[in-house]
Amino acid sequence: MASHRDLPAGLRDSIFLDTGSSSFTEFLTAYAPHLLPGRREGIATPIGDAIPHATTIVAATCAGGVVMAGDRRATSGNMISQRDVEKVYRTDDYSCMGIAGTASTGIEMARLYRVELEHYEKREGRTLSVEGKANRLATMIRENLPNAMQGLVVVPLFAAYDPDRDAGRIFGYDVGGGPYEQQQFHAIGSGSIFARGSLKKLYRENASPADTVLACLQALYDAADDDSATGGPDVTRKIWPIVATITDEGFRRLPDDEVAELVQGMLEGRMTDPDGPVAPLR
Amino acid sequence: MSMPFGYVPAEQQMRDKADYARKGIARGRSSVVLQYEHGILFVAHNASRALHKISEIYDRIGFAAVGRYNEFEALRLGGIRYADINGYTYDRGDVTARGLANLYAQNLGMIFTDSIKPYEVELVVAEVGETSDADQLYRLTFDGSVTDEHGAVALGGQVDAVAGRLKEHYREGLSLAEALRVGVTALTEPDGERPPTSQLEVAVLDRNRPHRKFLRLTGARLERLLAEGTPAAPEAAEAPEAQERQAEPPAQAAPPPAPGPDVPPTAPEGDIDTGSGG
Repeated sequence: MASHRDLPAGLRDSIFLDTGSSSFTEFLTAYAPHLLPGRREGIATPIGDAIPHATTIVAATCAGGVVMAGDRRATSGNMISQRDVEKVYRTDDYSCMGIAGTASTGIEMARLYRVELEHYEKREGRTLSVEGKANRLATMIRENLPNAMQGLVVVPLFAAYDPDRDAGRIFGYDVGGGPYEQQQFHAIGSGSIFARGSLKKLYRENASPADTVLACLQALYDAADDDSATGGPDVTRKIWPIVATITDEGFRRLPDDEVAELVQGMLEGRMTDPDGPVAPLR
Repeated sequence: MSMPFGYVPAEQQMRDKADYARKGIARGRSSVVLQYEHGILFVAHNASRALHKISEIYDRIGFAAVGRYNEFEALRLGGIRYADINGYTYDRGDVTARGLANLYAQNLGMIFTDSIKPYEVELVVAEVGETSDADQLYRLTFDGSVTDEHGAVALGGQVDAVAGRLKEHYREGLSLAEALRVGVTALTEPDGERPPTSQLEVAVLDRNRPHRKFLRLTGARLERLLAEGTPAAPEAAEAPEAQERQAEPPAQAAPPPAPGPDVPPTAPEGDIDTGSGG
């Protein structure tokens, strides 16, 4: 804790302590380290399947932006622990992240990351560059590495609109950090292999956001088709995938009824063609 | 009993400090904060484009300050940390302007009594609510006094004159362009020139925005709003407003902040601030 001499003249409350950095996490480290995720005592035994895991997230660039979509399932081993979990988070006006891996740690990281971006923006009066945002997230994942070794793995997917390029950008990570910029599209989580295979055939460069949303929904359906931990659209309970688009107009989460309509259209197609749209052979 | 050498009565000390702070604040330019139909508008006369007098604190909370830059900047940054840490510990909805005003009041009060030099600052902390009745405006002075305000607040240099002009033109439920005109008029001396657009720092807390309500108005958008708020025939536009104002007062029971010695309650000459908002 800071002594009075470290504070601006006259102030006594250590909330006024200036760490000289615009990072909220760094301030938290000095002011209230117990609030930081991943700073607990080491975990004695690996956690394994005991706590819920979040599954598949896909992202693809479109004309003037990027689309991210995620299924709604969380699993603990062979159990479905939640049917309507939300895994795509708005992190600021022009970026979002999806989480795969340990759900609780991921949610905590998404919350902290959002504050981190806003804190910088309010303090400095400017938004971080897209690279800056991606790098910051990499540091947060790296700090979680000791926990990841014990089974609390979080691997996010980061997507942002880059005003300098007027285009969307996608960044992937591994447990050690990153970032790895991905061209065109990327998927993370247990169903990612299937989703990526699907997107490989369905992705169209510079397609409209609406078409790219459809491609992402198809990819999620394909992932749910082959991966037991990925949830398909739940028609009876009306639980639909979370879909977000980011363009120069900012982050927009598609409302449920809009997604429902798109999913219904896709399901109708799948009634006659269970494997979904066919990519041309030549 | 003989007085120790160099003894200064506490009363004299406080008065000297208050005079010192007031003089410092009076040297600067003024700012105004006022409610309009969709939220809260901040207008500051600020010659610098790099150093802001108006800032976002949190989703619903904005901050306006006048006086010494380094002092109110330290308060602003502390306020951002306070809000971010509370929003992160609990929930985003648990961060309130009231809590922030209290933090500032505590620290400003302590500095005023303990330090040789008081802070030469005056602040407004504003929170936009779901409706205009739920909007909150807190005005803080250098000695840590807090006043709960409604409608419109002026702060800074020629505060009495600015508050007078503000009171004259302000009414409830103004549109954004009208409110901006009222604010700019208040910042303009009666026969003087309006501050150039490049020296106006303007921002809103717009309750209709999603997530973060704070928005800076700059460039072409600000120019458009300024043009919109300047009626082509001022006399024609003023007349019905004046009648409305005359007709309205019984409905508007709570008077807007009155300029003059009774507001704000500043120690040691003013009333003692009990914190009850009375």
